Amino acid sequence: MSPIERNAKDFWTGVIYIVIGGAAIFLGRDYGMGTAMKMGPAYFPVILSSLLILIGAISVIRSFLKPGTPVGTVAWKGLALVIASTVLFGFIVRGAGMAIALPLMVILSACASTRFRWQYALALAAGVTVFCILIFQVGLGVPLPILGSWFGD
Amino acid sequence: MEFFDNIGLGFSVALSLVNLLYCLAGVFLGTLIGVLPGLGPTATIAMLLPVTFTLPPVSALIMLSGIYYGSQYGGSTTSILVNVPGEAASVVTALDGYQMALKGRAGVALATSAIGSFFAGTVATVVLALFAPPLAEIALKFGPAEFFSLMVLGLLASLVLARGSLLHATGMVVLGLLLGLVGADVNTGTQRYTFEIPQMADGIGFVVVAMGMFGLAEVVRNLENENDRPTIVSKITSLMPTKEDWKRIVGPILRGTAIGSALGILPGSGSILGSFAAYAIEKKVSKNSAEFGKGAIEGVAAPESANNAGAQTSFIPMLTLGIPSNPVMALMIGAMVIQGIQPGPSVITEQPALFWGIIVSMWIGNLFLVILNLPMVGMWVKIVSVPYQYLFPAILVFCGIGVFSLNNTEFDVYLMALFGVVGYLFVKLDCEPAPMLLAFILGPMMEEYLRRALLLSRGNPMIFIERPISATMLGLAALAIIVASLPTFYKKREETFRE
Repeated sequence: MSPIERNAKDFWTGVIYIVIGGAAIFLGRDYGMGTAMKMGPAYFPVILSSLLILIGAISVIRSFLKPGTPVGTVAWKGLALVIASTVLFGFIVRGAGMAIALPLMVILSACASTRFRWQYALALAAGVTVFCILIFQVGLGVPLPILGSWFGD
Repeated sequence: MEFFDNIGLGFSVALSLVNLLYCLAGVFLGTLIGVLPGLGPTATIAMLLPVTFTLPPVSALIMLSGIYYGSQYGGSTTSILVNVPGEAASVVTALDGYQMALKGRAGVALATSAIGSFFAGTVATVVLALFAPPLAEIALKFGPAEFFSLMVLGLLASLVLARGSLLHATGMVVLGLLLGLVGADVNTGTQRYTFEIPQMADGIGFVVVAMGMFGLAEVVRNLENENDRPTIVSKITSLMPTKEDWKRIVGPILRGTAIGSALGILPGSGSILGSFAAYAIEKKVSKNSAEFGKGAIEGVAAPESANNAGAQTSFIPMLTLGIPSNPVMALMIGAMVIQGIQPGPSVITEQPALFWGIIVSMWIGNLFLVILNLPMVGMWVKIVSVPYQYLFPAILVFCGIGVFSLNNTEFDVYLMALFGVVGYLFVKLDCEPAPMLLAFILGPMMEEYLRRALLLSRGNPMIFIERPISATMLGLAALAIIVASLPTFYKKREETFRE
């Protein structure tokens, strides 16, 4: 069995740490190291990146030596819908306004639940939208329009 | 006496009508999120930070602290009534508290928890008032080398309590430090890792990271096993402990308070370690140790006192040294910075009204909590049964609006989504996000102290070992990491967190 199957957690964590550490050194190659007495912008990042690569390497080596626990179920649907609804909110909130962006976000994310029912989702969307407009827009003066610029100003 | 002058000043600040209202709002919200499983104080405080910008600093911090210690009360209510700890610190309370509830003594367990918490909160307030000023005095003499070593100690100590693999958690700390460096370098103005995106020039906002990793990622994690949520709620009959009960809880409350207060001060700890330690010790010393796990009232009194004491004394390193001991304190530091207050030893002398106002407000807040929790317990019980499918879309909406209004930019919303994915991925890989958030806050400070220390020593790294206070702290840090990697300790830790 390959380490990817036997100890996926250690293997992939290690790979991620090595990639991030390597990328940080590569991206920061022009920042200027300086000396210990006069640390340049790259000095501390290079120390940290090297440490991260070292830790990643140990983790990968460990994945070859020791069996690990399985990753377990991943809530792919939940993850996709939570992220999609958040991105959608960011995309339309200014143009469409809270009165449209919030109910869409609620309904889209509510689909992630195994107990999704249309009537409940719609009621929840209405409730959350009214509540948020009252609290954030009317009460706290957050600069988010109720109806956005797509509907004229 | 100076102590009474200071407390008097604190009362004059905390008793103003506005601050009383924010204190009440804070502990109310804290109890609410403590009762709701799947929504913790870190995510809530992150969500509310943008709201507090418009408040005066004292009111903002009074409310945010109220949320934190209030959540300790609420968390125990659900532990006892439905065997679902609302917060990590009330995990052990569920062991005996729920057993008591099954025996029809839910009311007594709740009352014990409230009495213990209130006593512990009062003592911890006094501890905070007595120990914070001298500690700040010492810290004022710290040079950059001492501060750097102190931060190393704080970060390594946070690893001791991290769940899962120690190696992975260490990596998370390093990763957090690295992420904290994104943005313009203070000395040269060099843009580091900003990909020429203007919104990244000042670095990544810690609220964005916290909401992504503790808000969104947590929602996704809860969606994994939606179906094993509680439905049966125990009935509450009598609240008052009997004479016999009183006799049995006095000792555990005193010991729990002492253990919680002492452990709360440790960097990286907060309330969780105290509640576990108090329960374990009580089980050893109690005459009724055979009853533990079957509804021993001592098993509720000790950890409940300890977690509340710890929640409050964990403010000591934050208020006196500017060092967060847990993610909630990291957010409090962020709140102070946004309010224009530089956290550190000078806060006590430069902002006495703020410092003493917060401390006294904690005691008042504890009083509110007893009133909120005992007579109104029926209302909180109803809230436990709110199904998660109604809760999480609302959490997402609050996260979205909160992050957007921070800098009035969509970019932060997308960045939060990215951290949500990253946070969930790391949780699945056994990489605890809490140490990363601490490191993220400390990253820029650590670099600055390292730079200054090495400038003073002309580039000689021995400065960290030659200065006695700095050397002691590094020694303790090394000790923490050795203890954490010992096989026996490792096993214990695994067992403790297996709930």
